[in-house]
Amino acid sequence: MHVVVFTRSTPDTAAKVEVGANGAVTWGDAATVVNPWDEYALEEAILQAKNAGGKATVIAIGPEFHNEALKHSLAMGLDEAARVWDSALEGSDSLGYATAAAAAVRKLADVDLVIFGKESVDVGTDQHIYQTARKLGWTTLSYVSKILAVDYAAKTIKVERLLEQGKQIVTSRLPAVISVMKDINEPRYPSFIGIRKASKAVIPEWSLADLGVAAPAPQSQVVQFQNLPVRNVQVEMIAGTPEEQAAKLVDRLLEEKVL
Amino acid sequence: MSAVYVWIETFNGKALNSSWEALGAGKTIAAAAGVPLTAIVFGENAAAIAAESGAHGADKAIVSEDATFNGFRLEPYAALLSKLVSDNKPKAVLAIGTARGRELLSASAADTDSSLITEATSLEVQADGAIKVTRPVYAGKIISEAVGSSAGTQFLTLRGRAFKPNPENAAAKAEVTTVPPVLAEADIATKIESFEEEVGTVNLTDAAIIVSGGRAMANNPKDAPAGAADATVWKAQDGFDNTLKPLADVLGAAVGASRAAVDAGYIPYAHQVGQTGKVVSPDLYIACGISGAIQHQAGMRTSKVIVAINKDAEAPIFKLARYGLVGDLYQIVPALTAELKKRLGK
Ligand SMILES: Cc1cc2nc3c(=O)[nH]c(=O)nc-3n(C[C@H](O)[C@H](O)[C@H](O)COP(=O)(O)OP(=O)(O)OC[C@H]3O[C@@H](n4cnc5c(N)ncnc54)[C@H](O)[C@@H]3O)c2cc1C
Ligand SMILES: Nc1ncnc2c1ncn2[C@@H]1O[C@H](COP(=O)(O)O)[C@@H](O)[C@H]1O
Repeated sequence: MHVVVFTRSTPDTAAKVEVGANGAVTWGDAATVVNPWDEYALEEAILQAKNAGGKATVIAIGPEFHNEALKHSLAMGLDEAARVWDSALEGSDSLGYATAAAAAVRKLADVDLVIFGKESVDVGTDQHIYQTARKLGWTTLSYVSKILAVDYAAKTIKVERLLEQGKQIVTSRLPAVISVMKDINEPRYPSFIGIRKASKAVIPEWSLADLGVAAPAPQSQVVQFQNLPVRNVQVEMIAGTPEEQAAKLVDRLLEEKVL
Repeated sequence: MSAVYVWIETFNGKALNSSWEALGAGKTIAAAAGVPLTAIVFGENAAAIAAESGAHGADKAIVSEDATFNGFRLEPYAALLSKLVSDNKPKAVLAIGTARGRELLSASAADTDSSLITEATSLEVQADGAIKVTRPVYAGKIISEAVGSSAGTQFLTLRGRAFKPNPENAAAKAEVTTVPPVLAEADIATKIESFEEEVGTVNLTDAAIIVSGGRAMANNPKDAPAGAADATVWKAQDGFDNTLKPLADVLGAAVGASRAAVDAGYIPYAHQVGQTGKVVSPDLYIACGISGAIQHQAGMRTSKVIVAINKDAEAPIFKLARYGLVGDLYQIVPALTAELKKRLGK
């Protein structure tokens, strides 16, 4: 039994991110962190592998700075890590990512469960999860808030999903791709020994040739990044007793026609 | 290029109102390309919803009603949408970027190796027919402009409340085609065991007005009853229920929260606004006892009018706000509720 989890590095959420003079996005020398949503995915992969007596492997797709997320993952307790990168993926879109991600899963034998975080906090809106699942031809269970039962021998899983209108309980056949919510677990902090071990780890880099696939032609591309237009709001402070403040605010809100 | 498809999301046999925004965006593309605007409706009540789509600007509708579509599962929906796209090669496929919309369009774009751009907040059809969109990235700190390839079908998910619905015309009819499902029940790997609907709460992402509370909800002057397990949590929960909720109720607003309030157990995670919560853009956002950390701003900075109530005149939230009220939220919020009741005649 082998669990695969995907993650990557994102700029720290408090970083000042902006478009630099060359048109590229920069966050200066602010740190990168594991995509915060993925901490839950990493923890769940560790727990699932342990429960089933199997192994958990973490994969990032991207250039070398994503090794930081992989090292953090190893320090948390993931068994193995690999990074997929290839110059052919430069300027690629989510189809390219999904093709590479699916091929990386196929390279590993005996995988029944692939775990993602809910989304990436920087550029993404979770499309990588669903597209990877489709390229694998596997079922997707998104927004999983609890794994209620999993049977790797019978190849079934039962989960609770947190959807916009409520909670759904669903059963599925394995293999499956799942994305997990915050609240599914309490991610552990890397241990001192874990950090030491991870710092020495040599993370293999797989090219597309290693995975036996070619990058598909990108179907969409970013034309440019722009800094946010300066929000031209001048705050109007409303003073007085609470009753006076309330009355003045309601006047303003009626003028703004937002009530 | 046969048409512009718009997936009409449904829940319990009713169309989500936000789907009409997607028809609004779709109309722009269909008009520029000179192709019909086609509503795609699967599941319970599809025929009736197709008729409604006509009133909201759809020229045509493709419907499929089958038990496998009830209660949305990705597999039967994606299989049929992907088949329709492969067979008919529409110029674009649009949906509102709800959980289901994102999932369905991503899956179908992968199945058909098509271009996919998510979370569009504006769009423009270029002279060469390619659709250019803007979308916020890096928690809204940066705007990305992206373009899909005009050679194939372009899949777009739209941010809710970013596009206007078409004017409603009750007399307009869509020409309906019925198609069979692609998957039979036996081909579907998932089975829905149960669904527990969360009723009575206004959905944050659809709300025109949001009232949010932060860590300061714990500064409730009321005393917790002797039996309360945790006095701080009790005070904050009481504040959400009996101070914030009444304000939200007069406004018909949804209740939001900061992560500090959620993490402390004052209110469930479903209410969290911010980078790791929901991204919202209501007409009016009232932040009560929220400092305005960058991660909170990421979820609400595109709100049209922001009101901040905070006892600290230096709180960063005032840099973002249109109106600032310095003071104790436990005094200001009840006064505001009373004033609104009076003025709105409730
Ligand atoms: C990876 C990451 C992701 C995050 N994601 C999110 C997110 O999605 N959403 C989010 O909100 N945060 C998020 N945060 C947390 C964020 O950094 C802040 O910690 C959080 O937003 C603070 O919440 P707050 O404003 O309620 O609390 P505080 O910062 O403690 O502010 C409380 C405010 O209440 C005021 N106050 C106190 N008493 C009263 C009173 N009686 N009346 C009026 N005002 C009063 C105080 O002056 C203060 O400004 C994230 C952080 C990280 C690191
Ligand atoms: N290049 C990548 N390498 C590894 N994981 C990724 C990559 N891009 C996105 N993911 C993961 O996929 C999930 C959804 O991300 P996104 O589709 O970008 O919102 C998150 O768990 C991400 O960490």
